Amino acid sequence: MTDLATEGALARPARAVEAAQSVWSLRWRRFRHHRGGMASLVILATLVLFCLFAYPLERYLGLDSNTTDLLSRYDPPSATHWLGTDEGGRDELLRLMYGGQISLLVGLLATVIGGGIGVSLGLLAGYFGGRIDSFLMRLTDGVIALPLLPLLIVLAALDLTKLGFSSEFAHSGAAGFWRIVVIIALVDWTAIARLVRAATLSVKERDYVLAARASGAGALYVMTTHVLPNIVTPIIVAFTLTVGRVILFESVLSFLGFGIVPPTPSWGNMLNNAQELVTTAPALAIYPGLLIFITVIAVNFLGDGMQHAFDPRSERR
Amino acid sequence: MDALLSIEKVSVSFAQRKRLFGKERVSLRAVDDVSAEIGEGETLALVGESGSGKTTLGHVVAGLRKPSAGRVRLRGAELGAGNRALAGRAIQIVFQDPFSALDPRMPVSDIIAEPLRIQGIGTKNERRARAASLVEEVGLPADALNRYPHEFSGGQRQRIAIARALAPAPELIVADEPLSALDVSIQSQILNLFRDIQKREKLSYLFISHDLGVVEHLADRVAVLYLGRIIELARREDIFAHPAHPYTRALLDSMPSIGKGRRRKRSIKGEMPSPLDPPTACVFHPRCPLAQDICRKVVPRFEPLAARPSHSAACHFKE
Amino acid sequence: MVGFVLRRIGQTLVVLLVMSFIIYGLIGLMPGDPIDIMAASMPGVTPEVVAKLKAIYGLDQPLMLRYWRWLMAALQGDLGFSRTHSQPVLEVLTPALWQTCKLMISSFVLSVIAALIFGVVSALRPGGFVDSCVSLFAFAGISVPVFWLALVLILTFAVGLHWLPASGMSNVGEGGFMDQVRHLTLPVLTLMLANTGQFTRYVRAAMIETLRMDFVRTAWAKGAGAWRVVIVHGLRNALIPVVTIMALSFGTLFSGALVTETMFAQQGMGKMIYDSILSNDFNLALSGLLFATLITLLSNLAADLAYGWLDPRIALK
Repeated sequence: MTDLATEGALARPARAVEAAQSVWSLRWRRFRHHRGGMASLVILATLVLFCLFAYPLERYLGLDSNTTDLLSRYDPPSATHWLGTDEGGRDELLRLMYGGQISLLVGLLATVIGGGIGVSLGLLAGYFGGRIDSFLMRLTDGVIALPLLPLLIVLAALDLTKLGFSSEFAHSGAAGFWRIVVIIALVDWTAIARLVRAATLSVKERDYVLAARASGAGALYVMTTHVLPNIVTPIIVAFTLTVGRVILFESVLSFLGFGIVPPTPSWGNMLNNAQELVTTAPALAIYPGLLIFITVIAVNFLGDGMQHAFDPRSERR
Repeated sequence: MDALLSIEKVSVSFAQRKRLFGKERVSLRAVDDVSAEIGEGETLALVGESGSGKTTLGHVVAGLRKPSAGRVRLRGAELGAGNRALAGRAIQIVFQDPFSALDPRMPVSDIIAEPLRIQGIGTKNERRARAASLVEEVGLPADALNRYPHEFSGGQRQRIAIARALAPAPELIVADEPLSALDVSIQSQILNLFRDIQKREKLSYLFISHDLGVVEHLADRVAVLYLGRIIELARREDIFAHPAHPYTRALLDSMPSIGKGRRRKRSIKGEMPSPLDPPTACVFHPRCPLAQDICRKVVPRFEPLAARPSHSAACHFKE
Repeated sequence: MVGFVLRRIGQTLVVLLVMSFIIYGLIGLMPGDPIDIMAASMPGVTPEVVAKLKAIYGLDQPLMLRYWRWLMAALQGDLGFSRTHSQPVLEVLTPALWQTCKLMISSFVLSVIAALIFGVVSALRPGGFVDSCVSLFAFAGISVPVFWLALVLILTFAVGLHWLPASGMSNVGEGGFMDQVRHLTLPVLTLMLANTGQFTRYVRAAMIETLRMDFVRTAWAKGAGAWRVVIVHGLRNALIPVVTIMALSFGTLFSGALVTETMFAQQGMGKMIYDSILSNDFNLALSGLLFATLITLLSNLAADLAYGWLDPRIALK
């Protein structure tokens, strides 16, 4: 061990920061070596930028991606419509970009909300144990055992006015958007809950937790100060992988007509009338799904790369 | 009584379900009817093998576990849910494993100041200043404050743990085998640290150990536990010079001793029985060289010796 | 052991009951009033009959009461009348169930076989070329949106190459075995490609773990002749967790089947649920969803029981 007593005064601040960062820079270095992960990071960054460019590109081309022009349906690619037009005469490229914004946003929001539910329930179950744990675990097992897509479809088909919402709200685009986010979050929290519970169980009996409890620390303090920071890495990986699943859920719901409702574009609902596209404009059937595919596969590789980088077996305690 | 801490007939039981044999609910008595007292500035050593219940008892004193029976009093006040804050400040604990005793994500200054933060004592700066002075008191350099646990050795981590225990200016520290996980060369350093701190801060210790050599150096009084029951309690000199219980005698005999002449170490016959199925009457009788019929039938009472009232044991043949 | 079996069956029944209540409530929240819609399509229904029906099943009755009446009828085999098919629900469900089974079972079996082959081969040389290819394929499988995959396959094999029919279950005037197989090929292929990836990863991981164990290493050291033994023994040990995970996935296969049936116009359970929700056929939707839940729960139960039988320690918990 280095002789701490002889460290110079000037070296102190630098080493402190170094010590805190060394764990994360170690992980970053390991991540860089994972080709799939690095490639995914680049791909995802590109995709996000691509989607964000929708508005500037729209202004540049002088188009309006929402107005339909039934005279120019299914036009082939041209100087103004780089990828041609869709079944409503709207620019395909712009709709892809706007659709991407929606799909990615839903992915992110539903993951955060669902993940939040999962983390909370997992913490509660793991920390308190006993009957709370039994109940929460039975609940989790129950939800896991359900056929998700049929359930999502029913939830998506609900008439909000029967729940007391006003008619205009129920049919607004915002309601449709948030409905999708909420119902996906409601069914997709289980994997994270199980993970967090297991991680909490392994941390809660450690001596530093006992020391805090001996000083009188309550459950909330222990969970936020000691448990959460120590289980952050598996949570990050789980969140990343969840994004992929959520994007797939949203796309299939939108495709079936139960998700994001046109005219708001989403990668899923752009394939609504797929049967028609197949015969009239096959390329249009390929683009949205391809983007979904690339996004999800990149997200999964990213999660895989993170898992390698965070591997606790190669990390010091 | 004027004792700082008194343990009164404390028992800790765990319910075990044995499904295979029907709905039998067997309970495991980890600690069985233990009573003891610790005065101010005094060190009571708690000695026993693994499975004797000493850690469980230590956890009860530190407020980490509720006893199934009995109570713990601090200066006469019964410790319970009502005075958690008082107990949290006055009684602290140091653990055996320095590698899991410190949160790897927290810098040392936060670790040491944590009891103060939990109790809401002092401002952030005051806590930081306290941590700085404690770091010095336990013999660590000042720049340790900004570092993380993984940068320190086992002995240094234990010092950090001790500094943390000292932060709220406690009156009693439960030390649960604090030396057992350390290298032998470091052990004496930390042991000395314990002594120095005790003198300086006028602390009491409940010092748990299975190592009688360590106990000899630090303890004022010694309590011996076997299978959760206290079988002997006496002043240090008396325990080592005139052990009353056969188990204590056996423990002393099996102490490795350098330079005491090549006397053959006598080992204790058999193994400690499972606490799920303790022997009848005197729990030590299956392994006791002095066992007689009465030992199998009548539970020996834990009472003072006629010769020395300050010395108690639970044995039919203690005199 | 018997206790374990009974407990699990009991849990399944409880979940099914709870789910039936929840789904019943959700279906009631779908747009429209079931009685009115039903009355509108049935000729000769007088207002008195409507009023009487509403008194029993109407939405202004308290939820518990309605549910109770439905439950009592359902337990006696009366699942109500399907408005869109003009038949009792049970008569609609049974052939649909059979159709879905054909699809699910054949794709499940084929996926398992493929996964075993790919998984074992790639586990033999982890990190090798074959392994990398298989891993990439597996990643793609779990990342691809099933409906888009179906589209691509349709474009390639039906529209492009004209090898296989794009939809339907049989051609008019035919309906023989070979004809049905031809129509099932693309749907089965779609589901297979999507699920094999997931299964392959399980098999690969389990095989790698097993091959690392001591008893395998000793066999290796003994020479090539022991190779067969290693594969057989290794695979047998690896199979236990793998088979149960696969069985658990059988239930989620249902979601994929729903999409596939809709894409390929197969009159299976999935498509039927989808159609019934779309057209507000309450009785059919309710029963269909419950059947789907039942199938998923039963496959989970079967997997649990099999696991409990294979590994007695689980049963004793």
